[in-house]
Amino acid sequence: MVKVDQSKVLKEFGLKLVEQAKKGKNPEFSFPLRNLSNIVYDQKSKTLKLGNKEGTRSFFNVAHAKKFLQTIEVASAIKKNFIDTGLHASLRDVYYVVKRTIPGTNIDLVDEQIETDKCIEDLEVITDLSREQLHVNADKKGSVVGNVVIEDTGDIIDWGKQGSGGWSIPSNVEEIKFKKITADYVLYMEKAAVWERLNEDKFWKKHNCIIIASQGQTTRGIRRLLQRFYEEHKLPIYVLTDFDPWGFYIYSVVKYGSINLAYASEKLTIPGVKFLGITADDIENYTLNKQLIKFKDNDFTRLKQISEYDWFKDNKEWQRQFSMMKKMGAKAEIQALSSKGITFISETYLPKKIKNKDFLD
Amino acid sequence: MSDNKKKVHETKAHELAQAQKEISVSEFFSKNRHLLGFDSPKKALMMAVKEAVDNSLDATQESSILPDIYVELQQIKEDRFKVIVEDNGPGIIKEQIPKIFGKLLYGSKFHKLRQSRGQQGIGISAVLLYGQLTTGKGMQVTSKVSPKHPAHYYDIHIDTQRNEPIFEKEKIVEWKKEHGTRLEVEMQAVYQKGKQSVDEYLKEIALINPHAEITYKMPDGQVMKYARGLNELPKEAKEIKPHPYGVELGILIRMMQATEAGTISSFLQNDFSRVSQSVAQEICDKAKISPRARPSTIVRDEAEALYNAIQQTKIIAPPTDCLSPLGEEAMIKGLKKEIDAEFYTAVTRTPSVYRGMPFLIEVGLAYGGTLEVEGAVRVMRFANRVPLLYQQGGCASSESIMDTAWKSYGLNQSRDSLPQGPVLIVVHMVSVWVPFTSEAKEAIAHYPEIIKDMKLALQEAGRKMASYIKKNVRAREQRERISLFEKYIPELAASLSSLSGEKKENIEIDLKKVLQKGMKDLLAEVDKAENTKIKGDNVAFGEKQDTLAEFEEDG
Repeated sequence: MVKVDQSKVLKEFGLKLVEQAKKGKNPEFSFPLRNLSNIVYDQKSKTLKLGNKEGTRSFFNVAHAKKFLQTIEVASAIKKNFIDTGLHASLRDVYYVVKRTIPGTNIDLVDEQIETDKCIEDLEVITDLSREQLHVNADKKGSVVGNVVIEDTGDIIDWGKQGSGGWSIPSNVEEIKFKKITADYVLYMEKAAVWERLNEDKFWKKHNCIIIASQGQTTRGIRRLLQRFYEEHKLPIYVLTDFDPWGFYIYSVVKYGSINLAYASEKLTIPGVKFLGITADDIENYTLNKQLIKFKDNDFTRLKQISEYDWFKDNKEWQRQFSMMKKMGAKAEIQALSSKGITFISETYLPKKIKNKDFLD
Repeated sequence: MSDNKKKVHETKAHELAQAQKEISVSEFFSKNRHLLGFDSPKKALMMAVKEAVDNSLDATQESSILPDIYVELQQIKEDRFKVIVEDNGPGIIKEQIPKIFGKLLYGSKFHKLRQSRGQQGIGISAVLLYGQLTTGKGMQVTSKVSPKHPAHYYDIHIDTQRNEPIFEKEKIVEWKKEHGTRLEVEMQAVYQKGKQSVDEYLKEIALINPHAEITYKMPDGQVMKYARGLNELPKEAKEIKPHPYGVELGILIRMMQATEAGTISSFLQNDFSRVSQSVAQEICDKAKISPRARPSTIVRDEAEALYNAIQQTKIIAPPTDCLSPLGEEAMIKGLKKEIDAEFYTAVTRTPSVYRGMPFLIEVGLAYGGTLEVEGAVRVMRFANRVPLLYQQGGCASSESIMDTAWKSYGLNQSRDSLPQGPVLIVVHMVSVWVPFTSEAKEAIAHYPEIIKDMKLALQEAGRKMASYIKKNVRAREQRERISLFEKYIPELAASLSSLSGEKKENIEIDLKKVLQKGMKDLLAEVDKAENTKIKGDNVAFGEKQDTLAEFEEDG
């Protein structure tokens, strides 16, 4: 990554606005819009990218004034409190640093954390600085174990000696150095409970791999970590999720990027990632029909949305999965496999799927 | 035996006959004073002032005099008051004075179909009767008809058994007034303030009679002056003959006995309005009565046939020149001088008819200013320029107000209740005969024709008010924008200063300059909103417009 002076970038952003006011102009800034209408699927790089649509935010505009003020306050708070001091903060920290009542009014500058979160995303696209560069950490979630030795802030850590809890993945993995990697592939799963099962069964030791779990959506730290394994060490990445539209989307985000963070796609997407399961075929092959959970209306809606995404639209294999799922009108958790025995997943399901390269792309 | 029996029977009949002597109207009312409106000592003062002031207003109007009325309440004892009412009316000729004040049901108004205040209440003699019943004293009346005539002074009592005036003293007195009448009467009463008080009554009288000047000395000695707001007298209301549709069978029979007409045909043509010779012929044909029959020879069954024939015959609506409304301009003048508000409007409807009686509805609205923001709107009800202070809930006007969708006119309103907000609603019904729900004559009856017209008037006035409220809200919003930016500027300047390293003060000055420049556009919008044309004619504005005042403070 190119080293940039974040403090200077933010200062210049502020100076530009000051100059506008000096010239008697309504201070304003522009940035690419981050809604679905401005998300483009780039066939070449197979990632989601922001389109050309720009939004403008100006101060002397009743609809913008508060958001404008929020954005500048967040920028100023980040520069003064974190970047200039070298400290890192969470999204929640930023919220509390900025939150207050505007004097002479009963208006709170921010009401909900989502408002400062959005400001930070805005600043990322305005300044082209990543969240990490802004010294704001994403949520820290996720564990890893495997045949890897790393160095993190001077500490040497062996991921093979992390006991039952594993090594906890920080929100910023940029500074981590890989000292030794002997693992053959990475298995990423959305369920911490499944990860614990595999760790207890020493699956990673038997099959020489790295196992990583999040809980639900994949954090930026995990996505970046997976990307580094893929790009720096050419390790295959397999994704294991529930058999439901949300599970499919977790895979989609890791592979193509997310709609929310499309602007950060380059740093976060892994076009070569493979979907291991649970697939509709798994449900049939392992007769998991009795473990199915009936779809609700929102499941059908979400499935329809996903099946219509540009990046899935022309994928025959995936369209087959979607239509099978729609036909079943049901979903299943990874743990449904436990109905075949508690270690069925580590002893039969995973080894068989990996051996047969039974993946979806 | 038989003789004895007969004697006993005769004795009983005689006994009963002796007990059944005629009760005079005065005696009847002395025992049933609530029928005169004197239900309670609290109401007594209001009734006394009302009867006297209504008479003064009617008398001055008939004589084309701009009324100057003086009202005084003196507290004699804890529960005894003296009421003084003096006017500059035409005066009363000497011979008439004792009868007008000392005989119940004497007067000219009762038999006429004409828009007058006096249709309500039983008259000034009832006030005398009440005073006499509660204090033993009579009423002192002074009256003068012209500068050339002397002023006559009477102290009048009522002989309740005979319903005749008794006047002990009769004097010629010095009175510097050119003409007018003054009365003084003592009565048992309680003085109170509030919604059903003399104070409120006179305020409402002044509002609905903007041509009158009223001076009111309250029991504590304080003097209230209700100035004249209009130098024109109300248009004289013409007397009309009854319309056939409005006459009941009993009245029809009585009219036939009293008529001077020699034939039924001429009776119908002369004693009613809108009956031509051919209409009279049609009625007679339908009733199977000869048009040439003498009215006095018509028997009850024939009268009923005649009555039914009238209902089945098409007769054009009664003339409406018998109605004298305030008119929209006068209504607004009345509102403006009595209510300190921001916005006024009025609507006078064209005449309509219920049961053969012409009537007309007027509505006045005042918004903002000193009117209470919290709670339900204030309602003032009038019939023929007389305030109705009691039984608001049972009045057709209340139903009409509650049935109107005020939400679309910018006011809050819950289902089946009065709207809320800083608004005064005036509803005025003008008619040759106002239908009341009861003898107390305090609530207008619920005729569908009347309610329909009231609602139409309320809606039209409501629309005018709504455009004012909307305009106001728009201007207010623009001002809030400016004030919002003013509060954000120091905050933004501080953040930008910390971000850019530039001086906070300089940034603040620059931002303020940008706002000043931009404000021109915003202010232009405020102006535009302020100058938005209010829908409809006959609207007026108070001296203090809330929005402008606030704006100056902000600036």
